[in-house]
Amino acid sequence: MEFVTAFIESILRLSIPLLFAAYGGLISERSGLANVALEGKLLISAFAGAAVAAATQNPWLGLAAGVGAGAAGGWLFGALALYSRADHIVIGTAFNMLVAGLIPTVTRSWFGVTGSTPQLERSARLPSDIGFFVLAIVIGGLLYWALRETRWGLRLKAAGDEPEALRVQGVSARGVRLWASVLAGAVVAFGGIDLSLCQGSGYIRDMAGGRGFIALAALIFGGWRPVQTGLACLLFAAADAAQMLLQGKSVFDWVIPNSIVQIVPYIATLMVLALRRAGPAASAPRAINRPLYK
Amino acid sequence: MAALNFRILAQGIVVGATAISIFSGCTKASDSNGGESPAAKTSGLTIGLVLDKGGKDDRSFNTAAVVGSSQAAKEFGLTIKDVESPDDTAFEPALRTFAERGLPLVIAIGFGQADALKKVAPQFPNTKFAIVDAVVEGPNVASLMFEEQEGSFLVGYLAGLATKTNAVGFVGGMEVALIRRFLMAYEAGAKAANPKVKVLNNFVGITASAWANPTRGKELALSQINQGADVIFHAAGASGMGVFDAAEEKKVYAIGVDSNQNAIKPGRVLTSMLKRVDTAVYAVIAEVVKGEFKPGLRSFGLKDKGIDYAVDSNNEAVIAPYKSKLEEVRAQIISGKIVAPDYYKSKK
Repeated sequence: MEFVTAFIESILRLSIPLLFAAYGGLISERSGLANVALEGKLLISAFAGAAVAAATQNPWLGLAAGVGAGAAGGWLFGALALYSRADHIVIGTAFNMLVAGLIPTVTRSWFGVTGSTPQLERSARLPSDIGFFVLAIVIGGLLYWALRETRWGLRLKAAGDEPEALRVQGVSARGVRLWASVLAGAVVAFGGIDLSLCQGSGYIRDMAGGRGFIALAALIFGGWRPVQTGLACLLFAAADAAQMLLQGKSVFDWVIPNSIVQIVPYIATLMVLALRRAGPAASAPRAINRPLYK
Repeated sequence: MAALNFRILAQGIVVGATAISIFSGCTKASDSNGGESPAAKTSGLTIGLVLDKGGKDDRSFNTAAVVGSSQAAKEFGLTIKDVESPDDTAFEPALRTFAERGLPLVIAIGFGQADALKKVAPQFPNTKFAIVDAVVEGPNVASLMFEEQEGSFLVGYLAGLATKTNAVGFVGGMEVALIRRFLMAYEAGAKAANPKVKVLNNFVGITASAWANPTRGKELALSQINQGADVIFHAAGASGMGVFDAAEEKKVYAIGVDSNQNAIKPGRVLTSMLKRVDTAVYAVIAEVVKGEFKPGLRSFGLKDKGIDYAVDSNNEAVIAPYKSKLEEVRAQIISGKIVAPDYYKSKK
C-alpha cells in the first residue's frame, strides 16, 4: 500500500512541469501560434526564479520574477513570430537557442559561474509540491471552461481556426495571439519555478532536460484539449515513474538492462500515438503557424 | 515598414542566438591569470583546459580540474585558458584550436574527449596533452587515470556500516562503464561491511543530459528511500544535487563524489569520495613547467591520496563512529589484502 502511494506521489511530482508547460502550449497553440519554445520558457523562468531567490533569499520574489520572466519571454517570442510573419517553428527554435546561450552569459557576470545559480537553502525555496499540482489542475479546469464559455476562449479559438472571422468582428487576431503568448509564458513559468525553486534547489544549466518537448508531445497527443492533454501528461509521468522503479529489477533471474528500461516512456509514447485515431476534434488548430497581416 | 523591421530583427535574433550559443558554449575561453602583480615571477606559459559537459561550476569533477589548474597558475605564474563544451562534437575543435595556438600543454577533462584527442594529438607533436579518465596512447599524451573502485569500495563499506535499515542506494548519472565501475565496487564494499545489506541502484539516463537533471536525481533518491535506503551515494554530476535535497528532506545520509561535497548539506553528507583531479592536473602542469613531462599512463589511488574520502568540520560528528574501521579497510586495500572489484577488468 505504501508502495502504491509512493508511486502515485512520484507520478504527481513528475507531471507538474509537464502540465504547466503543456497548458501554456495549449493557450498559445489554440490561438494559432505554434510553440516549440516551451523548453526555453521553462529554462528562463526556472533561472529567473532561482536567481532572484538566491539574491533576495525570498522564494516569493523568486516566484514573481520567474512568472515575470516567463511572461516577458512569451511576449518576445510572440512579437517576433507574429510581427515578422516568420515561421513560428524557426522563431521558437531561435528562442530556445537564445535562452540556452543567454543564461550562462548572465550567470557568469552575476554569480561568476557558467550556467547555474548558488544552491538555495530550504528557507529560500517554495515549500509545497502539492500546491503546484493543484494549481496546474485548476488551470486545466479553467481552460476547459474558458474555451467553451467565455468570450476570451472563443476569440482564442477563432484566432487559431478562423482568424479572418475575427477580423470581420473588428478584433485583431494578432493581438489575441500576442496576449495569448504572454499568458502562455506566465503559465509555463510555474513549471520552470517548480523545477528550480520547489523540487530542486537552484538552477542548473539546461535543467529542463527536454520536458518542454515532452509537454508539446502531450499537447499534440491530447488533441489540443485541456482534459486529454492533462491525462497525457499524467500518462507520460507514469511511464517515467515506472521506468525508474523497473531499473535494476529482474525477470526470472535475468536483470533487465537499464538501456531497455529507460526507453519505456518513449515506447509508450510511440505506441499510444500509433494507436490513437485522430478524430476531427483532435486535429491541430486550422490556422496554426499561418502568418497574419492584421 | 514596421513589419519589415521586425523581420530584420527576427533574422538578427536567429543569427544572434546562434552566435551567442556558440560563444557561450564552444569558445567561451576565459583567462584566469594567476600572477596578479606584474612583479610576480611569471613563466609566461599558457595552458589550455578543455572541460567536460558539466561545466566549471558542477561543484564536482570539472570544478576540481579548475581548482588544480588555478593553483598551478598562481604558483608558477601561468595563464590558464579554459573552454566548456556544450556537446561531444565541440571537443575536437576546442583541442585543435588550443594546439594550433602553440600552447605547450592542453588538458582534456573527461573520457568523452578520448576519441577527439586520438585524432588531434598525433597532428601536434610539439604540444603536450593530458587526458583525465581515459587512456590515449601517444608520445605526447599523458593519461591520468583514477582507481575509482578503491574509493567506491571504501565509501560502500561506510554505507554498509552506517545503514540501520540494511538498504543503501546508488544514483549514477549517465549509464557508462565509468559509473558502473563506481557502482560495482560500492556494492562490494557495502556487502563486505554488512552481508545482509541490499544495494539499490538507479541511473538518471542514457544521454549526456543525465548529468544535469537534478529533479530526476531527486526522484530516484526518493524512490530508493521509499524502498528502505538510508544512505545514498551519488556519482551523477549536477544531478546529484537532487540526491542531496532528497537526503535533507527525508533525513537520510548522502555520500558525495569527486570534490568535497560535505558542505552542501552539513550533517547529512556522511563523506565525499574524493577523486583528486585537482592534484593530478596540478602535477602534470608542474611537470611541464619544470620540463619533466612524461607521457603514458599514470594511475592515482588510495595509496597516493589521488583517491580519498573527505573529513571536515561538516561531517566530523557523523563519520566519527566509523572512522577507525574505515582507516583499517583503507590500509587493507592499499596493502592488497582487500581487492576492490574493478568493472573495467571484469569486462575484459
